Amino acid sequence: MSYERKIRILVAKPGLDGHDRGALVLCHAFRDAGMEVIYTGILQTPEQIVETALQEDVDVVALSLLNGAHMTLFPRVRQLLIERNAEDTIVCGGGIIPEHHKPELIRQGITGLYGPGTLLDVIINHVVERVKKERWKIA
Amino acid sequence: MYDPQKIGLIAEYKEEWNNKFKNNVKQWSERKAEDDFITISDRKIKRLYTPEDINDLDYLRDIGFPGEYPFTRGVYPTMYRGRLWTMRQFSGFGTPEDTNRRYHYLIEHGQTGLSVAFHMPTLYGYDSDSPRAYGEVGKCGVAVDSLLDMEIIFDGIPLDKISTSMTINAPSIILLAMYIAVAEKQGVPQHKLSGTNQTDILKEYIAQKSWIYPPEPSMRIITDMFEYCSKFLPRWNPVSISGYHIREAGATAVQELAFTLADGLAYIDAGLEAGLNIDDFAPRLSFFFDSQIDFFEEIAKFRAARRIWAREMKKRGAKNPRSLLMRFHTQTAGVSLTYQQPLNNIIRTAFEALAAVLGGTQSLHTNSFDEAWALPSEEAVLVALRTQQIIAEETGVANTIDPLAGSYFVEALTNQMEKECYEYFEKIEALGGVIPAIKKNFFQREIAEAAYKHQRDIESGRKIIVGVNKYKIEEDELPAELLEVDEIAQNHQITRTKRLRKERDNKAVKKALDEIRRAAAGSDNIMYPILDAVRVYATLGEIIDAMKDVFGEYKEQPLF
Repeated sequence: MSYERKIRILVAKPGLDGHDRGALVLCHAFRDAGMEVIYTGILQTPEQIVETALQEDVDVVALSLLNGAHMTLFPRVRQLLIERNAEDTIVCGGGIIPEHHKPELIRQGITGLYGPGTLLDVIINHVVERVKKERWKIA
Repeated sequence: MYDPQKIGLIAEYKEEWNNKFKNNVKQWSERKAEDDFITISDRKIKRLYTPEDINDLDYLRDIGFPGEYPFTRGVYPTMYRGRLWTMRQFSGFGTPEDTNRRYHYLIEHGQTGLSVAFHMPTLYGYDSDSPRAYGEVGKCGVAVDSLLDMEIIFDGIPLDKISTSMTINAPSIILLAMYIAVAEKQGVPQHKLSGTNQTDILKEYIAQKSWIYPPEPSMRIITDMFEYCSKFLPRWNPVSISGYHIREAGATAVQELAFTLADGLAYIDAGLEAGLNIDDFAPRLSFFFDSQIDFFEEIAKFRAARRIWAREMKKRGAKNPRSLLMRFHTQTAGVSLTYQQPLNNIIRTAFEALAAVLGGTQSLHTNSFDEAWALPSEEAVLVALRTQQIIAEETGVANTIDPLAGSYFVEALTNQMEKECYEYFEKIEALGGVIPAIKKNFFQREIAEAAYKHQRDIESGRKIIVGVNKYKIEEDELPAELLEVDEIAQNHQITRTKRLRKERDNKAVKKALDEIRRAAAGSDNIMYPILDAVRVYATLGEIIDAMKDVFGEYKEQPLF
C-alpha cells in the first residue's frame, strides 16, 4: 500500500541563521524513526530549498529557523511549492515562534511550529500523521 | 597534598564505608542506579570524594595563589574584593535608534559595560537593502550597514568611559574600524578605547556557522587585527575565543573547554607565523565561556581553563605575565532556557551566574527568562541584571577569592577536565590541527553526536528538565509582554541605507574599496584601507564584497 513507502523528508535551514543544533538533532531522529532524510545545510534561500525538495521528490519539507524571520521565509517556501505544482508537499516548521504568529502560519498550511523543549516523538508523530493524511487524500 | 600514610588510611576507611552500600542494599539504597548519577555532560559522579581523589595535587604547582601562576584561583590578586565583574548584558535589536534607547536604559540601571548584538544580515555581511536580508532586518540584533548606524547606536555614550563588546566575527574588522571612527567623531583617541571584538572565526566553522570567507584568509584578517590593536589599541581585545557557541550547539563541558583552548592556541600559532611577538598580542586575547546548569562541573571547567592556558602559554615561550592570563566573559546557557513555565528560567540563570562567579569570570551576561520565546522585554532584562546584582551585593560570595578551592570534589573535577582536555588536544593534533579538523567535520560531528545523545537522554527521562519532561503543566502561561520587531523598523533601515548610497561621496567610496582589494591580494595590513572606507561611509556589505572578490567564500560540507 502506498502509505507504507518510506517518508522522504527534507530538513532545511532557510535564511541567515547558523543555529543548526535542532536541525541536526532532527535529522538524526527522523532517520532513526525510519525516514529518508536529506539535509540542506544552512543559509538556504526559499528558492534553493524548493529546488532541492522537487529534485529529491520529498513528502515533507521541515523548516528550522531561530532568527525571527519565519513570517516571511516560511510562507515563501510554501508559496513557491504551490507555484511549482507541488502543493501536496507538506511544509512543517519549528524554531523560536511566538504563539500569536502561529495561526497565520497554520492558515497558510505550515504546521508543527514547535519550540524549544519539544520532545522528538511529538515532532515525529506530527510528521507521520500529516503524511498519512496527505497520502490518504491522494488514494 | 597529603601525607601518604594518611591517604592509605583514608583509602582503607573509604573501602569499608563503600562496602556498607554493597552489604546493606536495602538500608543504604540510592534513588537511582549508580551509572545514572551523571552531570549534564554525562560525567559519572561518585558518591563521595575524599583526599584520596586529589592525592597527586600539589598546592603550589597546581593551585597556587590568585594572580599567580598557574592562576587556578583567578587571574587577579584581589579578584572581586578589588572590583566586581563587569555586568555586561548582550543587547541589540531593531534600528540603531531602538538599540541606543535600550543602552541608555541599561546604563541608567547600573550596567557597567555594553555588548552589541548585531542582526543576522550584519553577521553574514549583507546590508539591510540586500535581497538576502529580506525579513531579517533588526530581528535578532541591531542593523548596522554603515558608520552612520554606529554613530546613532553610540549617540550620547562616551566611548572613553564605557567598555564595549561586539559580537561579530567574519566582518569583525569592519565593525572595529567603525567603532574607531565613531570615537574619532566624539573626539576620543583610539588608544583610550576599551572593549572586545569576538572575531573568533574558528568557532564559527565549528559551531555557530556565521562564516563568510574560507579559514585561511579569515585567519589573515585576524592577524592583521592583532597587529593593529597591539600598536594602537592597547586596551582592546581583538578576539574573544569562544566556547559559548560550541557548548550551545550541543558540546559537552570538556568539548567546550578543549575545542576553545585548541582554537586559542591556533590563534597564537597564526600570530607567531605572521611574525608577531607572542608577548605583543597574547595579553589581549580574551575568552568567552558558557555557564550551563551543572553547577560544579562548570566551576571546574573555568578553573581548569585558566590553568591549562597558563601552562600552554608558558610552553610557547610567553615571558610577559599578562600573556599567561586567561581573562574571560561568561554568558548563562541560552539552551537551558525552556519554553515551558518560563519563570523557572530566572532560577536556572541565577544558578548558572553563580557558577560563573565562583569560577572567577571577568564579566557576565545573564539571560532573560523570556528568551526561549523572543528577544527579551525590558522587564525580563531588568530581572536578569538584578540577578547579578543580588549575587554581587547580597549573597556574600564575592567576599573571598575562589571559595571552592580545596573541595575534594571540585579539585578532582578540575583535574579530570584538564586531563580529558589534553586527550582532545592529541586527537586534534593527529588530524593535523584545528583547520584540517574543521575541514574533516571532526568538531561538528563530535558536537552533533553529543547533542543527539543529550536529547535522547531527555526523551528517556535519564536527564530531567523541570517543566519539560517532569513536573509538566498542560497549559503553559505565556510571558506577559514580548518584544517584537516590526516591519516599520525594516523599512526605516532600508530607506536610510539607500539614501546614504546617494548622498555620500561615491568616488571616494570606490577608491577605498579598490584599496581594500589591493591590500587583500597583497600582504599589507588590511585594517588601514578598511578604516579609510568606513570613514567615507562605504557600507559593510560593500567592504565584505570587495574582500570576497579576492578571498572567495566558504562552503560547508553538511553533516547529513
